[in-house]
Amino acid sequence: MRAVLHILTTIAVIALAFWAYRENYATQQALSEADKLHANIRAAHARLAVLKAEWAYQNRPDRLRDLTEINFERLGLLPLHPDQFGQVDEVPYPPAPLLPITNPVDVSSAAADDEDPL
Amino acid sequence: MIRTPLRPLARILDARQKGENPDAIENENKRIRHEQMRDNARLRAEGRLLVLGVFFFCAFGVVGARMGMLASTDPVEPRAHAPGAVISASRADIVDRHGNLLATNFDTHALYAQPKHMVDPVMAAKGLVKVFPDLDEAQLVKDFTGKRKFLWIKKKISPEQKQAVHDIGDPGLLFAPRDMRLYPNGTLAAHIMGGASYGKEGVHAAEVIGVAGVEKYFDDYLRDPVNAGKPLALSLDLTVQAASERILWGGMKLMNAKGATSVLMDVKTGEVISMVSLPTFDPNNRPRPAVEGDASDSPLFNRAVQGVYELGSVFKIFAATQAIELGLVNTETVIETKGPMKVGGFRIGEFQGKNYGALSVADIIVKSSNRGTGRMALQIGPKRQQEFLKSLGFFEATPFEIVEAAGGKPLLPKKWTDLSAVTISYGHGMSTSPMHLAAGYAAIANGGFKVTPTLIKQDTPKQGPRVMSERAARDGRMMLRKVVSKGTASFARVPGYFVGGKTGTADKPKPRGGYYKKKTLATFASIFPAHDPKYVLIVTLDEPSENSGDKPRRTAGWTAVPVAAEMIRRVAPLLGLRPAVEPVKRSMVTLTSSSN
Repeated sequence: MRAVLHILTTIAVIALAFWAYRENYATQQALSEADKLHANIRAAHARLAVLKAEWAYQNRPDRLRDLTEINFERLGLLPLHPDQFGQVDEVPYPPAPLLPITNPVDVSSAAADDEDPL
Repeated sequence: MIRTPLRPLARILDARQKGENPDAIENENKRIRHEQMRDNARLRAEGRLLVLGVFFFCAFGVVGARMGMLASTDPVEPRAHAPGAVISASRADIVDRHGNLLATNFDTHALYAQPKHMVDPVMAAKGLVKVFPDLDEAQLVKDFTGKRKFLWIKKKISPEQKQAVHDIGDPGLLFAPRDMRLYPNGTLAAHIMGGASYGKEGVHAAEVIGVAGVEKYFDDYLRDPVNAGKPLALSLDLTVQAASERILWGGMKLMNAKGATSVLMDVKTGEVISMVSLPTFDPNNRPRPAVEGDASDSPLFNRAVQGVYELGSVFKIFAATQAIELGLVNTETVIETKGPMKVGGFRIGEFQGKNYGALSVADIIVKSSNRGTGRMALQIGPKRQQEFLKSLGFFEATPFEIVEAAGGKPLLPKKWTDLSAVTISYGHGMSTSPMHLAAGYAAIANGGFKVTPTLIKQDTPKQGPRVMSERAARDGRMMLRKVVSKGTASFARVPGYFVGGKTGTADKPKPRGGYYKKKTLATFASIFPAHDPKYVLIVTLDEPSENSGDKPRRTAGWTAVPVAAEMIRRVAPLLGLRPAVEPVKRSMVTLTSSSN
């Protein structure tokens, strides 16, 4: 009985040791993966910050104003003026769709006489 | 174990034969047995104690060893800890009210040298001068070949410059990573942004600290890592600010002024939508403060909050509204403005020695009569006038959230005499900043509640204490509207926006007393739309002169008003204000019936 108990304990210790060994390596792997992800996130944030700064710089009012002046012929942009406000009722309704044509009339002259009308 | 009997038969029989007591043998044996038992028990107990001692020794040994290990190893960040948001040590961004970026950070590098690692110091110096023409080659050679072990060469370099320095290829030239504060809009809102610079500098990192403006005022907030992901939202509107700056700059040039400032404020919340002070500077490359000459001539000087000026007639409306508030007059009360008027031995005159005769209170404001306002001030009395101006915030520096605002402390007369009351009623003898004036006008515009100027976006409406009655504020607005529709500010008639306002032209005081004849400060304080004001706009031009006529015109009506009108024309649509038809009071409409 005692021998069996000893053997079982030994087997249990070996099994736990093996499990702990595997867990240890799995944890290491997960940690290094998390590190990599963190590094990626940091890099993405840094890139995002640069892009945001770049966007703000490219959209600075001075530059946009100069661009509208250079491209005035194509864009025709002018500063917003009070007289550019409109009323909602000034906006026309979309035109009513055409009714479906049920009795088509042949308007081609192909079937007409070849006679010169003049 | 051999068990010895307590009464061994042989010895008992033997003792009996000899006539001895056999019990003595039993007792003797009992004693021996007990001694043996005692020895055994002690041995066992000692063994257990030993085991326990070894166990404790090991346990404490492990704890001690672990402590020693922890103490001697380098600290490592916990790797398994997964932060919710990425922790960033960089300074928080600053954005405008719509989230447009006003200030952010940029990764860059600083360049430093360790001369003892240099291969060829002279060549390195030559190479550096080629990349950075502003460096002094002789000085660099001296530094590199001397005793110095370490020196900074450049605080900020661009990636191209970094590559160029790399190409020099000297191992003694090294780069330090830096966070750089970047203002992508350049000079826009420069006086509000202020600027940033480096505090403590190391090879691995450097502190970015605010040196002026909102950057310095909110330095602690912006540097706190807790707020790294939360940008500071200002009340400014980028588009409006850009438009205001352009128009004011154009106006300043057209009117030949040497400086100009404008403040646009929401009358309900006190939020400053745009604040311009010209000349301006680039906060990315903040100039050094002027060491000689007048500080107010430096582009760093913020005219809107630091500049305290005698703003002139724009103050008249405060005397008039207070007189109405106290029930001394109403808008139609007629006051004699004929001269001569002497207060405290001083003669009070009108602009260009005019004489307006008897005028109603409204006409006193419309025609801007000094004597008329002065008479109202005398009725109010110095004490009540002080209290009123104090309640509007004219006695303290504005609590505006940039560091320079604390420097804009109003200059008040030492003794508030009757003469002071009269001169202050038309804006002389008391110096305030345009920001103060904006807050004062906002109180009239919003129906009589005190307004505290703020630079921070407000999510909820704020209402200060009531400083004047609704009726006085309404009459004040009506008079301001009349100034534009009939009086000195006729250029401010912007169709659809119903500007109301008051002009003020003040002669600039000489540094040694007295006033310049040909140097004025022209101010136009306006509210729009006058029937339901949303915004206050203050425009001040420093030493303007409008030269299209025979002789230069320096009054606000000819200089500041057209600039302000153009600004309203451009800015009001950007603020989403639709031009409207002014509502006319029912009593003023003559109803007619037509039959046909």
